[in-house]
Amino acid sequence: MPSPLTAVNDFVVKFANVNGSGSASANSMFAKSVLRMGVPVAARNIFPSNIQGLPTWFEVRVTGEGHLGRRGGVDLMVAMNPQTWDKDVAEIEPGGYLFYDSTKAMPEAKFRPDITVVGVPLTAMCNARYSVPRERQLFKNIIYVGALAALLGIELEVIEALLAEQFQGKERLIKANVEALHMGRDYVREHLKPLGLQVRRADGVGDRIFVEGNQAAALGAVYGGATVCAWYPITPSTSLAEAFASYCEELRTDPETGKARYAIVQAEDEIASIGMVVGAGWNGARAFTATSGPGVSLMTEFVGLSYFAEIPAVIFDVQRGGPSTGMPTRTQQADLLGAAYSGHGDTKHPMLLPMDPGECFEMGALAFDLADRLQTTVFVMLDLDIGMQEWLTEPFKWDDSKKLDRGKVMTYEDLEAGKTFGRYLEVDGDGIPYRTYPGTHPTKGGYFTRGTSRNPFARYSEEGAVYVDNMERLLRKFATAATLVPAPVVRKAKAATRDGVIYFGSTAPAMDEALGILERDGAHMDALRVRGFPFAQEVFDFIAAHDRVFVVEQNRDAQLRTLLINEGEVDPAKLVKVLHYDGTPITARFIVGAIGARLGLVDPTGTRAVPEAAE
Amino acid sequence: MTYLAKPRLHHPSLTPNALGYTRRDYEGSVSTLCAGCGHDSISSAIIQACYELDLPPHRLAKLSGIGCSSKTPDYFLGNSHGFNTVHGRMPSVLTGANMANRELIYLGVSGDGDSASIGFGQFAHAIRRGVNMTYIVENNGVYGLTKGQFSATSDKGSKSKKGVVNHDSAIDLVSVALQLGATFVARSFSGDKAQLVPLIKAALSHKGAAFIDTISPCVQFNNHSGSTKSYDYVREHNESVNKLDMVLARQPINVDYAPGSTVQVTQHDGSVLSLHKLAEHYDPTDRIAAMGYLAQRQAAGEIVTGLLYVDPAAHDLHEALDTVDVPLNSLTEKELTPGQAALDRINAGLR
Repeated sequence: MPSPLTAVNDFVVKFANVNGSGSASANSMFAKSVLRMGVPVAARNIFPSNIQGLPTWFEVRVTGEGHLGRRGGVDLMVAMNPQTWDKDVAEIEPGGYLFYDSTKAMPEAKFRPDITVVGVPLTAMCNARYSVPRERQLFKNIIYVGALAALLGIELEVIEALLAEQFQGKERLIKANVEALHMGRDYVREHLKPLGLQVRRADGVGDRIFVEGNQAAALGAVYGGATVCAWYPITPSTSLAEAFASYCEELRTDPETGKARYAIVQAEDEIASIGMVVGAGWNGARAFTATSGPGVSLMTEFVGLSYFAEIPAVIFDVQRGGPSTGMPTRTQQADLLGAAYSGHGDTKHPMLLPMDPGECFEMGALAFDLADRLQTTVFVMLDLDIGMQEWLTEPFKWDDSKKLDRGKVMTYEDLEAGKTFGRYLEVDGDGIPYRTYPGTHPTKGGYFTRGTSRNPFARYSEEGAVYVDNMERLLRKFATAATLVPAPVVRKAKAATRDGVIYFGSTAPAMDEALGILERDGAHMDALRVRGFPFAQEVFDFIAAHDRVFVVEQNRDAQLRTLLINEGEVDPAKLVKVLHYDGTPITARFIVGAIGARLGLVDPTGTRAVPEAAE
Repeated sequence: MTYLAKPRLHHPSLTPNALGYTRRDYEGSVSTLCAGCGHDSISSAIIQACYELDLPPHRLAKLSGIGCSSKTPDYFLGNSHGFNTVHGRMPSVLTGANMANRELIYLGVSGDGDSASIGFGQFAHAIRRGVNMTYIVENNGVYGLTKGQFSATSDKGSKSKKGVVNHDSAIDLVSVALQLGATFVARSFSGDKAQLVPLIKAALSHKGAAFIDTISPCVQFNNHSGSTKSYDYVREHNESVNKLDMVLARQPINVDYAPGSTVQVTQHDGSVLSLHKLAEHYDPTDRIAAMGYLAQRQAAGEIVTGLLYVDPAAHDLHEALDTVDVPLNSLTEKELTPGQAALDRINAGLR
């Protein structure tokens, strides 16, 4: 048997639970307790598409060094679901630990000789103490949190403080939960000893916050001045619209009248959702919808209209595994092409590519300025990993002097002053025309909006030259967009190199970690994180400055690479695909393995291959 | 005909309304529809209604889907903002526009293909949400722009111009609107201006989802003897339930009909509808009775026209959402962006 793993602030705990058993809040408390001890964590729910009674997992990477990507592999399995026992046990690293409910004796064959088994008779303890079935179930979760705290060296006072916050004002509940917590701890103290995996108080978290990307994007929409939200429920985007509703209630209620400074409609489908957004945008309100790939498919006709009729709209696309219903509760970055070129005819749309909840907030707000400025649909491309998982991220910041940029809007005064108004007239050379809000002036500035071809003064025209002029202006506008979307972030290698890597979105933390490992092993690589589409010139300059550029993304068809080739006429041979698309978040191990193999590094990390898709 | 500009000069005999606008100020571009199209009569009725209501033209937004009927908003209210949206999706766009600015008047124009087929779902949901709008379907029972296919309102057994018999049941939009909770439901005929103009005025003054199904014969594809939406058929089978006068709140209410034959309905905004009952026992404020009456007359082969139902105490979507009284599109960062102090609080709760 290999010697039991020993590690301080650097290990992975995975909880295998039954959906609907109340484990989620206990597990989240476990993760937060580690954070409160100043040790960063990366936590991820892994949940198949169902509601109650089926398997669900929660993975916590305790990472003193602050690596927020998924690591892969499991050092301690908390096996609370008999249904998935065999697979869960098989997943443990050699020398790792298995924590289980030892109330019922398990046959020897159900364990592994190369791991340490830790049994706590949770059911027996619950049955002895509680008589109500629901209490037995809920407190079992708290008991295991208490036991794990004792095993891993987590300070119990930290968890007690979390309980006191969670049940503020409900003394009876606090007391009952603390009692259950102590039951777990006391059992470990009497019968077991601490594991080789330990959490030790540190100062690695700082003032960072722990939040889901959907929640952050919703808050961004509030700060970005969105007043109209129309949406249709679809995993993994639903919690974005719901968070917007709850933030609006808190932050957007008129203090005097108690009335809403926002309007939210749960529409009958995604087509109606985007229709309402386009209607509101046309009428001068900031409007958005939140959806995922299948919803974007349904919205494409309207997105095309928005492009051609030049109407501001914001779509938050929280990407999941496709195609079709695909893997609705798994993560992917596979809607890039679908969003970028959504619609029929020649269309293309700006996209913002946040890497974490902090950027979801920033870009969630920025999207509305850009949509108004560019008078078109702007996509904010989250994915399930950012959207539905709590991430450690920098605290939200806002510049109180900032004004909302409503773009080029001609007012009553402008029209009275005799300014020429042509709805589709090029005025400033940036491809962006002026618009008027409906109802502005009794006799001037009215126009008929349509998806059919028209002249610069919005009058119907099917003349070839008029149509081509307009389409060319839309291209100039797209070029303007390239200067307005968030600039890429470049990270130079410590030594000069001809190798580069390009990536975006939720790949960022795994990429950071991978770059560190590669550098340690002598493989130097400049890195560029794309944050917006259309691509800034800097992106193509970066490619030109390197002989070989790896493009790392989470889809099968190398969609970012396709966009780079298509938009920048880059030689495809130069762009090397690194693709991860099994539905689990990409890991540093995967990136190092894939790039390392191309660089000729043999086993650069010194780690064995670990199964990527654990569940 | 679109190359022909309308003369800008006003005829001296054109009388201005209370706002100083003549009927010409409510007109739009020259119609490109076929000569004799029922839709043009409806456009004309809309112009007349807005003129008589003294509406500032720019305070009305006109929205449509795709099809012959949906082209018509270009042909009236040329100073109003208009939006020719996506086939079958006008209701959602209108809903969003209404959410953005509750102060404008919203007129949705659609056709039977646009509302009863591709857009049946959006028609239903906009009605049931109680969006404050006037929703006119210019119903000719045929696809005109694509040359003569049946629509979902074509009667079962009716014959197309090519001689094909429709074997599908027809959707009766007024029955559906009643079922879905529309608070103003009417049916009229494009050729009956005396009935249509007051109905449109009443609908524009109604605060809630007002629906008018307007039978509008297609002269090219659906005005032949096999059609139940031809001029001749409708004139022969028209059963009008009431005659409507629309009286604005600020004007004295003149009722010159004998008591017992007139019902007065005061709408939410104070305007009064005077309904002269022609059909016995017809009460336009009784939704259930209206549905029954419609079904009976339909079974007898009659097309009931007039104001079929009105809920004078209707509520709209903004009331349901409890939105502020000012248009949402007029709010600025001052009202919309909570600032760093609120973020500090939120940050503290996320540690």
